[in-house]
Amino acid sequence: MEIPFVSKARPDTGLYNAKVGIWLFLASEVMLFGALFSAYILLRIGADPGTWPHGLLDIPIGTFNTAVLITSSVTVVLGWSALKMGNFGAYRKYQAVTIACALGFLGIKTFEYRDKFGHYEVWLNKPIAVKHGATEVTTDRLLGHIEHNGAHPLFWKTETLARNKVESFKLEPDPYHYTMSTKEIAHAKKEAAGKPHTPVEIKTSDVKRLSAFVPAHSTYFGIYFTLTALHGLHVLIGALVIAYIWGPGAKMWKTDPERYMNRVEVSGLFWHFVDLVWIFLFPVLYLL
Amino acid sequence: MSDAHSHADIKKHVRIYIAVFVALLVGTIITVWLNYFHFDSVVVTVSIALFVATIKAALVAGFFMHLISEKKAIYAMLAVTVFFFAAMMYLTIWARDQVPRGSEYTGDKYVPYPAAKGGSY
Repeated sequence: MEIPFVSKARPDTGLYNAKVGIWLFLASEVMLFGALFSAYILLRIGADPGTWPHGLLDIPIGTFNTAVLITSSVTVVLGWSALKMGNFGAYRKYQAVTIACALGFLGIKTFEYRDKFGHYEVWLNKPIAVKHGATEVTTDRLLGHIEHNGAHPLFWKTETLARNKVESFKLEPDPYHYTMSTKEIAHAKKEAAGKPHTPVEIKTSDVKRLSAFVPAHSTYFGIYFTLTALHGLHVLIGALVIAYIWGPGAKMWKTDPERYMNRVEVSGLFWHFVDLVWIFLFPVLYLL
Repeated sequence: MSDAHSHADIKKHVRIYIAVFVALLVGTIITVWLNYFHFDSVVVTVSIALFVATIKAALVAGFFMHLISEKKAIYAMLAVTVFFFAAMMYLTIWARDQVPRGSEYTGDKYVPYPAAKGGSY
């Protein structure tokens, strides 16, 4: 039995099957991401005043990645337009850029994740004095990078110290703390720029808690990794679908061009949705 | 809609796509640039960021996803989605409003950072 409206539009709705399908799917995706966004809102407005982290994500990298994703979205529609005009070669080139951008986005995100896994907060039993250039600060909570036996370890936590029998480690402290306002952080970073870092030796016996910037660090990183990893998974799957249609699936262009164009359009709709989610994720996570 | 597209139509669309692309890049730059002003009011900061993001999202949905000229059936589906999405967001914020703010609930005293005396960042 032939399935109707696979490539031709149904006369009363004016839609072919896959178009209805993708929009229903995107509707469910709106609710999925919406639920996580609402979790974010709850966590954020429910946090004690002044405790929600600021300034821990790299804004220039985030901005660049936003531009990468926007570019990949425009190449999708340009590729589809080229295909509509019968220019298969141009379509191939545009979608190659799309796939390259998708991989670029994931590569940059991986780099960002890795940077977080090696960035730490240490809570101390007693405040200590730390020097940033000329400024001396006494504090019991420090952010920074750990150096131990010449290496920069990832994923350390409080228990790691005891398990690996670490008696002390070097911490290169950051000149700010995430509970400060964005304005204060910007000021502190500017003050400390170019001035020598003074690493501090931290004794394990003085450590109340140690955590890398992983989901267990705080609800902020919990929701950050949940949202961005789910989004990253969408980028990956979207790229795989587009690459399949672009590569092995392209045989259909010869046998059933209309249906092929529909596939390109539907995969494009999904891709734009992924871009759309990022348009909200970027300011919410990086800037606010 | 696809069958009715002539080459001239598509070329016109391509120009629109490029314009939208430029607008999205400009929107991104504006968002980041405004962020460097560090407005004292949280409401102002959040409103501006979400306002620009909403415009960008509308551009993507309207032009890249062709929602500006879609079929009625799609609009009907999305109307239901918008309703339930709004309801979920409203419920979240409404529920939050029922709970005492900050540390009132636990009775713990909030200690601002840095907890220790002797200097601040």
